[in-house]
Amino acid sequence: MMPPPVPTRAPGPEGAVSPTFLGYIWRWLMGISFVARVRGLAMGTVSWGRALVTAVPFLWLFLFFGLPFLVVLKISFSQAVIAQPPYTPLLTWLDDGVMTLRLNFQNYILLAEDSLYWSAYLNSLRIAAIGTVACLVLGYPMAYAIAKAKPEWRVPLLMLIILPFWTSFLIRVYAWIGILKNNGLLNNFLIWLGVIDEPLPMMHTDFSVLVGIVYSYLPFMVLPLYATLSRMDESLLEAAADLGCRPGRAFLTITLPLSMPGVIAGSMLVFIPSVGEFVIPDLLGGPNTLMIGKVLWTEFFANKDWPVASAVAVATLLLLVVPIVRFQKAQEESAKKAEERV
Amino acid sequence: MPVAQGARASHNLEAWQDPKARPIVQIENVTKAFGPHYAVDGISLDVYQGEFFSLLGASGCGKTTLLRMLAGLEAPDAGRIIIDGTDSTLIPPYRRPVNMMFQSYALFPHMTVEQNIAFGLKQEGASKAQIKERVGEMLRLVRLEPYAKRRPHQLSGGQRQRVALARSLAKHPRLLLLDEPLGALDKKLREHTQFELVNIQEQLGTTFIMVTHDQEEAMTMSTRIAVMDEGRILQVGSPSTIYEYPATRYVADFIGSVNLFDGRVTGSADGLLFIHCDEVGANMAIAHGEPLTAGTPVSVALRPEKMVVSDVKPDKDANVLRGIVSEIAYLGDVSIYHVELPNKTLVHVQLTNLARLTSSPLTWEQDVWLTWEPENGVVLQS
Repeated sequence: MMPPPVPTRAPGPEGAVSPTFLGYIWRWLMGISFVARVRGLAMGTVSWGRALVTAVPFLWLFLFFGLPFLVVLKISFSQAVIAQPPYTPLLTWLDDGVMTLRLNFQNYILLAEDSLYWSAYLNSLRIAAIGTVACLVLGYPMAYAIAKAKPEWRVPLLMLIILPFWTSFLIRVYAWIGILKNNGLLNNFLIWLGVIDEPLPMMHTDFSVLVGIVYSYLPFMVLPLYATLSRMDESLLEAAADLGCRPGRAFLTITLPLSMPGVIAGSMLVFIPSVGEFVIPDLLGGPNTLMIGKVLWTEFFANKDWPVASAVAVATLLLLVVPIVRFQKAQEESAKKAEERV
Repeated sequence: MPVAQGARASHNLEAWQDPKARPIVQIENVTKAFGPHYAVDGISLDVYQGEFFSLLGASGCGKTTLLRMLAGLEAPDAGRIIIDGTDSTLIPPYRRPVNMMFQSYALFPHMTVEQNIAFGLKQEGASKAQIKERVGEMLRLVRLEPYAKRRPHQLSGGQRQRVALARSLAKHPRLLLLDEPLGALDKKLREHTQFELVNIQEQLGTTFIMVTHDQEEAMTMSTRIAVMDEGRILQVGSPSTIYEYPATRYVADFIGSVNLFDGRVTGSADGLLFIHCDEVGANMAIAHGEPLTAGTPVSVALRPEKMVVSDVKPDKDANVLRGIVSEIAYLGDVSIYHVELPNKTLVHVQLTNLARLTSSPLTWEQDVWLTWEPENGVVLQS
């Protein structure tokens, strides 16, 4: 992850939920920081050296995110043809020297009309949501335990969370096939224990996809949760106990509400990539596991329909950007309200 | 340094001198170690109903650990803590009739002022109407009514301090513990708040136990002070006892400023001890209750304001020191003179500027005599 640009607003007041991480991503995407930067340069309030340093990530984003996105956007408005490249150009020169722009909305209409895409989107959202909740339920106790562990234990425990990243993602997902398949490790173990007589069909189901998602994205939930929990003021819990609050209740009334920034950041980090996930449903999912990432792949590589595939990609992005933007807006408004009350 | 006169004009309620009074807090031989270091080393102490008791000491003396054990936030390794007649040594904090005001205030950042104050009452299962009434009472007590709906980060330091106080008092605790309650405030606000705290304590009659490293704060606010060092209590007494009759060199030095002279007892008569100080080559006669055998090593403690400095040689043999004025600090109400003795020892003397001081009779490098009355010195054996 690249360092975020200089914040354009002062850090939120203590305790206020401020998912600055998402705010930065949003500003990156929208180039708000960039505009502020350029204005600063023009007014002489920002030095050229600093501008140069922050320009590097912007250039990177423009080259490897902005431009490809524009290309995808362009293709999504064209028609599929059997040619090289397999789509029609948007701009054409007519004989009389007039340039015409032909936008084809057919791909988007198809997305709206064909229930396949709708159900793929909904199923992706459903699986991503279940996966996110599962990550939260598993990850919160882990993050809590690490944050409460003795200081000398925290780094080794965090290392254990990060360690799987040292192996290729693909290999790790493949390994789950060996565990979940009918004569895999888990089924053999359960039969050996005598819990079951015949193998449970776990592979190629929504269950195996969820296992893959939870396994792969759990660290993205644990790390932001750990960051908020470890920074929490221990004396707040002591004060709660002193005022007659039992530990369980103190967790619900103090710890949990104060760790909401971590919960939100972790959930976003798990939910967003899960929606567009392709590798996990492809390897672990079955023919009935309909996810938008797989649909996208099929359109591109099996059907060779680049325009429809591009439309699917753009729609997926919009699907995710809209809720993030609305969430961010709400956060900024509540922060502003908090400031006004002072 | 001038030591502030007590904020309490009088406290004839000296429960610790009443043999029939039952202490509200009994600390019996309490010990707490962190690794090899004894934070609290066998402390026994009784605190009585209605007292404003201060635990005073430098940082690391164990005063906060002792307070936290009273709150139940630390468990003693040995000894007993009896609160209001109940052995509370192992009772968890959420079941003690004790509340604490934390040094950092520990206000819940996600709750409004009202919700913070109501928190303890909610745990008791008080009804909505009861909570509302009590919160209103508390807000009036600390004069924060207009701020009820604010969150802690929207308040000034002084306001937060008052919220913390209101929150810790809301449940009518039998005992209120205060950990450096004024530590985070600036000087002016601190002085103002000292009086406010004392007023609230007298109004409610709640027993307060306060931890502080500020001797002036302890002197101003407390009915009694325990001076602590290295996990032990060196002396317990009223502010004036601690100041006028310090038990050890450490206490004498820690409370106010003091001049200390080492010497040996040469004899005693009529309640006076005769002491010869080799270092400064002087004989002293100091009032002391019990006679000591000749040759006992002792220290004589003399407060700067208990000595007289004069440019005329006094007509006596004992309790006279000769030196030259090396420094004069004019503070308005008082002047502090640093007098250098022949052996280079510096003695601090404080004189009240009774008359308007246009030209001082004493000036730099002048030969002067210091003298004091026998009852103005204190003989210390440790």
